Amino acid sequence: MKSPVRLERRLEQPKWLNWAIPLISLLAALAVGAIVLLLTGKNPLDVYHRIFERGFLSTRALTGTLRTATPFAFTGLCAAAAFRLGVINIGGEGQLYMGAIGASYAGLVMGDSYPVGIVIIAMVFAGMIFGGMYAGFVGLLRAQFNTNEIITSLMMNYIAGIILNYLIFNSLSYWRDPRSAGFPSGKPLEKRAFWPSYEIAGVGISFGLILATFVAVAVWVLYKRSRFGFEIGIIADSPRAARYIGIRTKTTIVLVTALSGALAGIGGASQVGDFTHNLDAKGLQLNNFGYTGIVVAALARLNPLGAIVVAILLGGLTNAGYSLQGPDFPSGLVGTLQGLILFTAVAGEILMKYRVKRNTAAKKAMVAS
Amino acid sequence: MTNTIAVHMSGVVKRFPGVVANDGVEFELRRGEVHALLGENGAGKSTLSNILTGLYRPDEGTIELNGAPVSFSSPRDALNAGIGMVHQHFRLVETFSVAENVVLGNPDTAFLLDTAAINERVKELAARYDMAVDPEARVWQLSVGEQQRVEILKVLYRGAQVLILDEPTAVLTPIEADALFRTLRAMTTEGRTVIFISHKLDEVMAVSDRITVLRGGRTVGTVETSSTNKRDLASMMVGRNVEFTRVQRKTPAQTNDVVLHVENLGGHDDRGRDALHGITLTVGRGEIVGVAGVAGNGQRELAEVIAGMRHATTGSVSVEGKVLQSGKARAAIAGGVAHVPEDRLHTGLAAGHSVEDNLALKSYRSSLLSRFGLLRRQAMRDGAVTLVERYDVKTPNTQTAVRLLSGGNVQKVLLAREFSTGPKVLIAASPTRGLDVGAIESVRERLVEAADGGLGVLLISEDLDEIMSLADRIAVMYEGRVVAVIPADKADRETIGLLMGGAQLEATS
Repeated sequence: MKSPVRLERRLEQPKWLNWAIPLISLLAALAVGAIVLLLTGKNPLDVYHRIFERGFLSTRALTGTLRTATPFAFTGLCAAAAFRLGVINIGGEGQLYMGAIGASYAGLVMGDSYPVGIVIIAMVFAGMIFGGMYAGFVGLLRAQFNTNEIITSLMMNYIAGIILNYLIFNSLSYWRDPRSAGFPSGKPLEKRAFWPSYEIAGVGISFGLILATFVAVAVWVLYKRSRFGFEIGIIADSPRAARYIGIRTKTTIVLVTALSGALAGIGGASQVGDFTHNLDAKGLQLNNFGYTGIVVAALARLNPLGAIVVAILLGGLTNAGYSLQGPDFPSGLVGTLQGLILFTAVAGEILMKYRVKRNTAAKKAMVAS
Repeated sequence: MTNTIAVHMSGVVKRFPGVVANDGVEFELRRGEVHALLGENGAGKSTLSNILTGLYRPDEGTIELNGAPVSFSSPRDALNAGIGMVHQHFRLVETFSVAENVVLGNPDTAFLLDTAAINERVKELAARYDMAVDPEARVWQLSVGEQQRVEILKVLYRGAQVLILDEPTAVLTPIEADALFRTLRAMTTEGRTVIFISHKLDEVMAVSDRITVLRGGRTVGTVETSSTNKRDLASMMVGRNVEFTRVQRKTPAQTNDVVLHVENLGGHDDRGRDALHGITLTVGRGEIVGVAGVAGNGQRELAEVIAGMRHATTGSVSVEGKVLQSGKARAAIAGGVAHVPEDRLHTGLAAGHSVEDNLALKSYRSSLLSRFGLLRRQAMRDGAVTLVERYDVKTPNTQTAVRLLSGGNVQKVLLAREFSTGPKVLIAASPTRGLDVGAIESVRERLVEAADGGLGVLLISEDLDEIMSLADRIAVMYEGRVVAVIPADKADRETIGLLMGGAQLEATS
């Protein structure tokens, strides 16, 4: 019994596939999602229309979408930066928490005495350092002991969550607001540590998203145009060739993993500086920012600039999910769609490498029978 | 009984794309003998045994087992017919016990293991053939020699009458090897038959009853061990009467103007065992020094230590009198060492990267190709276009991935890059292996040309013809040592063949 189609390896990968395949993946995910919706007695077209409306079709919707997209952009860059080297860092979640812890510390310490610009820069760097060191440890374990970074980075997400809870709920730490008697919360930042936001045609844009765009360009230059990026590409393609020309593979693994964590760390800093203005232990853990970043990176095919676009797309989906949540819009739907998108995006990579051909021999056999 | 024919293979032909591995092999195995299969790498030994064990199907030819024609379509078929193979690389489950490994894959094993009975049977089998191994031990606890016994027990347990051992002593200590030979004797006295694949002359002489020599996919002949000697075997193995012409050099080699000096060099293999033992070697300006030897005698490690890919455990490498930092590929490159590795596509090149990237692989850090940490793509592109033209690389354009090029063009890209770095020494490991005739010719021309231009070349090759026709001096490696260095015009194939097989020069000449 032969399958009617077969996969044939592509010799060259045409450029148009770079955007066509993510698009097909997205449509395929929506198609499978439609089946799920039909099974639960919903009209898929109606649901998708409402998602689109609430995600993109008004200034209010767009403002919310861009707000949600901001952390996705950073965690998407985080995943893409590491995946490009073949280091599967899925610890963006925890690295984002650590970034938030670092940035809120910097904001709290410096917020009442330094100029606004300095405070913001300090918060960004504190986020990068905390997120970067947290991830750097994963990279170090991988480089030195060849531990599986998928497991270590995942486990460290839980540790980061516990640290967050400890700082706000289970201790009288520097981060906890001493005045929050009933329900403990993070100490609020001074106004000077608030990150600016901008408005274009009625749509609010956070400083964080603009920063993410610049960071994406920087990451793109680093990977596509720099010597370091060239070496990363060689290691990912052929570790033996890297050894042959004397690239310091271990150092590179540690540095790239740390960089990846630093990017998620800025995402955490942005949560504090742009939106919550304190260390919001519960809020950070509610939204799976880090895990969604993996979907973002996969759909963007690890392209940093693509990650920004995809982050806005998934931001819209998630944002619509928040506002539509109710009896006729199950809360699990957005998560289901995200999962399907990840699935189809990964499957789409097969189409990148192979083309689908009709199996002529099988066809003849079918005609004969 | 001993004269009945167990296996008769006749006119066996097996072709692979671009190469005929077996080209009409005749092989006859008498029951109860130890029959050695001798030949260089690539002579067709492995292909022949893979055909006999059902892994490959021959394109032509017949196999008779005990006088009846057979055709195996899988190793299981062959095993059911009583032919079993002991592979050089063990296929054992390390966390299982010896007995569990022995019964693994045996269709007669019951669903629930009767461990005690199995242990008993394995113990009995081991004792019968003088193989000390504890059936209850876990495989990971065993020495390499013991693991090999488990492999042999596996085949015996399945009732194999014909056992094929593929270079069984390669991993053994001399004491373990002696024990193995006793075991083989015990098996043949019971009427079992052993095919012993090897390229070591001493042990072939010590263990076998008869010897079949293969060369270039053909049977050279089958001889009684008692009526032959190492010298005859060596010449059968490497070919006696082949006429080869030494390449005419425009500029003679300056052996005394040393550019590469390797002094007392030691090094480990990938598993951390000593693979090099005090190698001392020089290459003069414009000189081609050939390193002859059967693969796996330390050649790759030697190349990698010189190229800085591997640490030296003892000794030093110096180029034009300057000692290179050990284990630093960049130091070696900067010191003027070019290296064409054995594994071209995945070590010498990054196969998924473009021709342009690969041509820049060793110079991308130079100020010509990068500035302030950023690559100068235009300069890389221009350099690539120039090199592609000069070395006549057939590629659609410089952006094409190297993995899409033909073998000959892959090697051209590699050579173009290595020559473009302005090297003083070139380490070329099997630079023509797997190439077609035209490409082989062009690679050899490039090497000679480079040597005429003053480059010192260390040519590591298993192809003796190549070494004899290109090299000015020939160093023979055996078990991690340079056993002799002979000027090419005084070298003869027999002597080199003997040395490659581990024979002592004094004893034979």
